[in-house]
Amino acid sequence: MTTGASATGALSAPLVVEFPFTRSLGPVQSAFLTGLRERTVLGVTAADGRTLVPPVEYDPVTAQELRTLVEVEPTGTVTTWTWNPAPRRGQPLARPFAWVLVRLDGADSALLHALDAPGGPASVRTGMRVRIRWAAERHGAITDIACFEPLDAGPADEDPPTAQPRPHDGEFADPVTGITAPARLDYTYTPGRAQSRFLAALRDRRTLGERCPACRKVYVPPRGACPTCGVATDEQVELGPAGTVTTFCVVNIKAKGLDIEVPYVYGHIALDGAGLALHGRIAGIPYDEVRMGLRVEPVWTEDSRYPDHYRPTGEPDADYESYKELL
Amino acid sequence: MSSTGKEPVAVVGVGQTRHAAARRDVSLAGLVREAALRALEDAGADWADIDAVVIGKAPDFFEGVMRPELYLADALGAVGKPMLRVHTAGSVGGSTALVAANLVAARVHRTVLTLAFEKQSESNAMWGLSLPVPFQQPLLAGAGGFFAPHVRAYMRRTGAPDHIGAVVACKDRRNALKNPYAHLHEEDITLEKVRSSPMLWDPIRYAETCPSSDGACAMVLTDRTGAGRAPGPAAWVHGGAMRSEPTLFAGKDAVSPRAGSDCAADVYRQAGITDPRREIDAVEMYVPFSWYEPMWLENLGFAEPGEGWRLTESGATALDGDLPVNPSGGVLSTNPIGASGMLRFAEAALQVRGRAGEHQVKDARTALGHAYGGGSQFFSMWLVGDRPPAG
Repeated sequence: MTTGASATGALSAPLVVEFPFTRSLGPVQSAFLTGLRERTVLGVTAADGRTLVPPVEYDPVTAQELRTLVEVEPTGTVTTWTWNPAPRRGQPLARPFAWVLVRLDGADSALLHALDAPGGPASVRTGMRVRIRWAAERHGAITDIACFEPLDAGPADEDPPTAQPRPHDGEFADPVTGITAPARLDYTYTPGRAQSRFLAALRDRRTLGERCPACRKVYVPPRGACPTCGVATDEQVELGPAGTVTTFCVVNIKAKGLDIEVPYVYGHIALDGAGLALHGRIAGIPYDEVRMGLRVEPVWTEDSRYPDHYRPTGEPDADYESYKELL
Repeated sequence: MSSTGKEPVAVVGVGQTRHAAARRDVSLAGLVREAALRALEDAGADWADIDAVVIGKAPDFFEGVMRPELYLADALGAVGKPMLRVHTAGSVGGSTALVAANLVAARVHRTVLTLAFEKQSESNAMWGLSLPVPFQQPLLAGAGGFFAPHVRAYMRRTGAPDHIGAVVACKDRRNALKNPYAHLHEEDITLEKVRSSPMLWDPIRYAETCPSSDGACAMVLTDRTGAGRAPGPAAWVHGGAMRSEPTLFAGKDAVSPRAGSDCAADVYRQAGITDPRREIDAVEMYVPFSWYEPMWLENLGFAEPGEGWRLTESGATALDGDLPVNPSGGVLSTNPIGASGMLRFAEAALQVRGRAGEHQVKDARTALGHAYGGGSQFFSMWLVGDRPPAG
């Protein structure tokens, strides 16, 4: 992870959130995407008789269920467009292209896709005739249309055909019923000044909380303000290093992305002087001997930002009365 | 209540999907449609009768639909109408219903369709809960691990015996057998089976945790005039409130959060309830882990602090008890996260309308619906009755 610090000492780092969400298609999108795999473009007949491509399950005007499928042509007319001079990762073409809305012949609505226009933006115009360029390998996805490409100029360019949609039962062998929709979001995460101070102290293996000037409670990790009083915290207080296990659970199943042998103990630890508990792993003691009130101290490893775990100090257990307000 | 100038709000339609681990037979649009059509049918209403649509779902990372209000407008007949989305983590189904109710109470709209949904099968909530935020210590356990220490703290604080959680799980799963829409139908559930199921996050066992479900829930809310036209009985909203607090702060009571008890007190004040245990006939509360039943019984004022588990142990919260809790089978039997709160609110309405079928609580006239979300940081509740509010 690349991290940085601003002039104020506040940290920042990239946060990438990425997941392959899946989608069940339902009958209409299933037929549409399976059709693309078979080089067949399907639309749906709306309540007012219009042919909608791409098709929708429910009428945009009347909300009624739509199920009457029709086939339209792989050729069409650009209804509007914009130039994309610098394609990004995951876009249909790697070289500059036009985003176009194309009304396919036989359809009454337009489909969004990419137009491969080697002639540059000067070669693209509203009203131009285009056709589908099919992907070589098709799996039942909108990317089965690799892109659109200009139709050779000809008489048709001035006078688009008035193609009629043809009835289609939407039935195909081995229909596609779901898709995977990978999502990725790139953030820059900045934890703020208070947490940056906390993290800087952790490098020296010290835990710094911050005291609320109004209620005098000590926050750890500090967040820069007391949420109860609504005022900034600025007085730093060194906590621990020892603390008390206020409560815990024994984890018997592996958590996603964590490489810790089970069973292990996940505990809430109130460091001495803190107004609320931190969480951490309790080790150095058999898991079935961990108890509320156990006195523990942090154990650091060479490269860890946080304590690797907490282990018993050997002191007598804390009295319940001393920590019950922290539960 | 006319004394405050508010329009009385009536629930005249309730609909929900068949809930299941995976509803691969429908798209998201098809899923919400199934619930919405059932609510409209129940209300004797058509799309044209709806003035606005208010929807809710769980956080975007849970299933990746960033703007469902754009994608679902066609399916919900919202074209040309106001449509808005509410977002309060697991409590969202409740908050969504309350926003819709407030639009009617304020006479902004006369009839509002409100709906909440989730397709957990198309994502991974555990992943959504454990994003790798830089500099932060990763949570060392899943959702169950997050809540299990609070359960242990409850047991320590009250001296509750170990088996109470199993009593709740067994009761709710048995109630679900009477609910045809419920996700889990465990015909052979027994107390012994719950108690011998694997210990996941000690003290929480596998059979004491909620499932992961796909499903949706919808309601039609309307004003006095709309209620007069509806073919069936109405459930009337007598009180509704939301409260929030941080997940972690110095002084937080994680066992019995202040925001929860404040929310309940506000609802009871609005409804004129002074003794919830005696005056409320049925409760649908958000219990994703069995022990939260006794915890919420105390938090919501049905039992004195430390006594909630006794109420559960006595059988009072069973379907034939004097305070049935989660007659539908609850979150423990059905958990499409975004819809789970609304399912509680909807079940409360079904109970006072006498429309709960096999899981009907006899003579239920006043019922509470409750939801919470996040790290016990969002609360929403409503109280419904079979008569319009006085005034």
